[in-house]
Amino acid sequence: MKTLLTLTFFSLAAVAFAQDKYFTRNGTITFYSSTPVEDIKAENFGVNAVLDAKTGDLEFSLLMKSFNFKKALMQEHFNENYVESDKFPKATFKGKIENSGNVDFSKDGSYPVQVTGTLTIHGVAKPVSSSGTINIKSGMLNANSVFKVKPEDHDIAIPSVVRDKIANDIEVTVNVDLEPLKK
Amino acid sequence: MKNSLAILFFVLLPILAAAQEEGSLLDLLGEEETIEYASASFKTTRIINSQSIENVAEGVLDFKISHRFGMLNTGAYNLFGLDAATLRLGLDYGITENLMVGIGRGTVQKALDGFAKYRLLRQSKGLRNMPLTLSLYSSIAVNMLKWPNPEQDNYASSRLTFTHQLLMGRKLSKSTSLMLMPTLVHRNLVATTAESNDVWAFGIGGRQKLTNRLAITGEYYYVLPDQIADIYHNSLSFGIDIETGGHVFQLHFTNSTAMIDKGFITETTGQWGNGDIHFGFNVSRVFTLKEPKKVPEAH
Repeated sequence: MKTLLTLTFFSLAAVAFAQDKYFTRNGTITFYSSTPVEDIKAENFGVNAVLDAKTGDLEFSLLMKSFNFKKALMQEHFNENYVESDKFPKATFKGKIENSGNVDFSKDGSYPVQVTGTLTIHGVAKPVSSSGTINIKSGMLNANSVFKVKPEDHDIAIPSVVRDKIANDIEVTVNVDLEPLKK
Repeated sequence: MKNSLAILFFVLLPILAAAQEEGSLLDLLGEEETIEYASASFKTTRIINSQSIENVAEGVLDFKISHRFGMLNTGAYNLFGLDAATLRLGLDYGITENLMVGIGRGTVQKALDGFAKYRLLRQSKGLRNMPLTLSLYSSIAVNMLKWPNPEQDNYASSRLTFTHQLLMGRKLSKSTSLMLMPTLVHRNLVATTAESNDVWAFGIGGRQKLTNRLAITGEYYYVLPDQIADIYHNSLSFGIDIETGGHVFQLHFTNSTAMIDKGFITETTGQWGNGDIHFGFNVSRVFTLKEPKKVPEAH
């Protein structure tokens, strides 16, 4: 019986160990393409994200089909013709906060961070680097960042007829509220 | 035995937890299953003449311009039919995600028509598995030609025709979709007693994508025997769908002149074998009248 108790405490310790991870299942990522001809905006409110405060490791994942457009036909074309959501349902980011040492996760405040990693869209992985901010308030995290993505970098073909309607650099805005991950 | 099992369990638990941390951080969240609806089984709400299982999205107005030219076998004198044109102008609107309505006016019989289409079941996988999409469809058409004999007692109701359909379809793969359409056409007045007021027909249609923006389509309506006059034949059509931005162009060959249900199902006079084939097109242009609500996914 004693051994059992001891082992239980060991297991609990392992569980408590995971407390320095933060997560969300409903983060927001939007993208915005602006040209003189047309502005296109789409929003995704179902972003999964996990941040390991100890190592600075950071991962995002979202379903391409969950991007909402103002125009239904545009949304259909986005999924059918551009990002081919049936073939490549998810976009992911796997990276690291380079200066996570500067962030005191136990103290409220706003911390500028530098994030580098690999962004995979349309099945094509590209290294990316971006600056962002982590805001900490009473144990909750808000992380946000804005960076640019080129469709061509991810082998997303854009026909010449619509080329001037879609920006060369598409602005991606990440805004996630993370809570401690309890096991 | 019981004890040792418990010990084994508690020993394994932290090991398993530790092992998990080796992989992706996102694995910690587990895989969340969602309902994945089949989308874009067809490019538009019509296969060619027939309705497809697609609806226009909520708040979207679809302006449809449909043309059928004369018959190819009228020869070079008529530029293979291009000298004659039959038109239908229509407006479709999505009231909700699953309910759409439409109105139109066509050259054939100067007919006015209106319809409603309701999607009852929607093909999906994941959290909910539904093998097919099923829509209920009803339309009404009014013959607006001048009365041939204005002197006699004419009843407005005699010019009405109703069509009811079950639209069943499945997106078999990313590029292949198939549909079956059991159909009842009710005509308030028929020319002779030999023709039935209720006409049962069975439609089959499909779409095969060739590239992301190009697809071939086909549809066929089989009218059960001894219901319509001998001069009428089954409707058969083949086409291609081309998509460019906000437009969808459907180009096709068909033996039917009318573009409304009762017209192509029960009043097709052309025969493919005789070369009574019309070239035609549908152009669809959509306008977003009401933007979708911005609702973050519920969790």
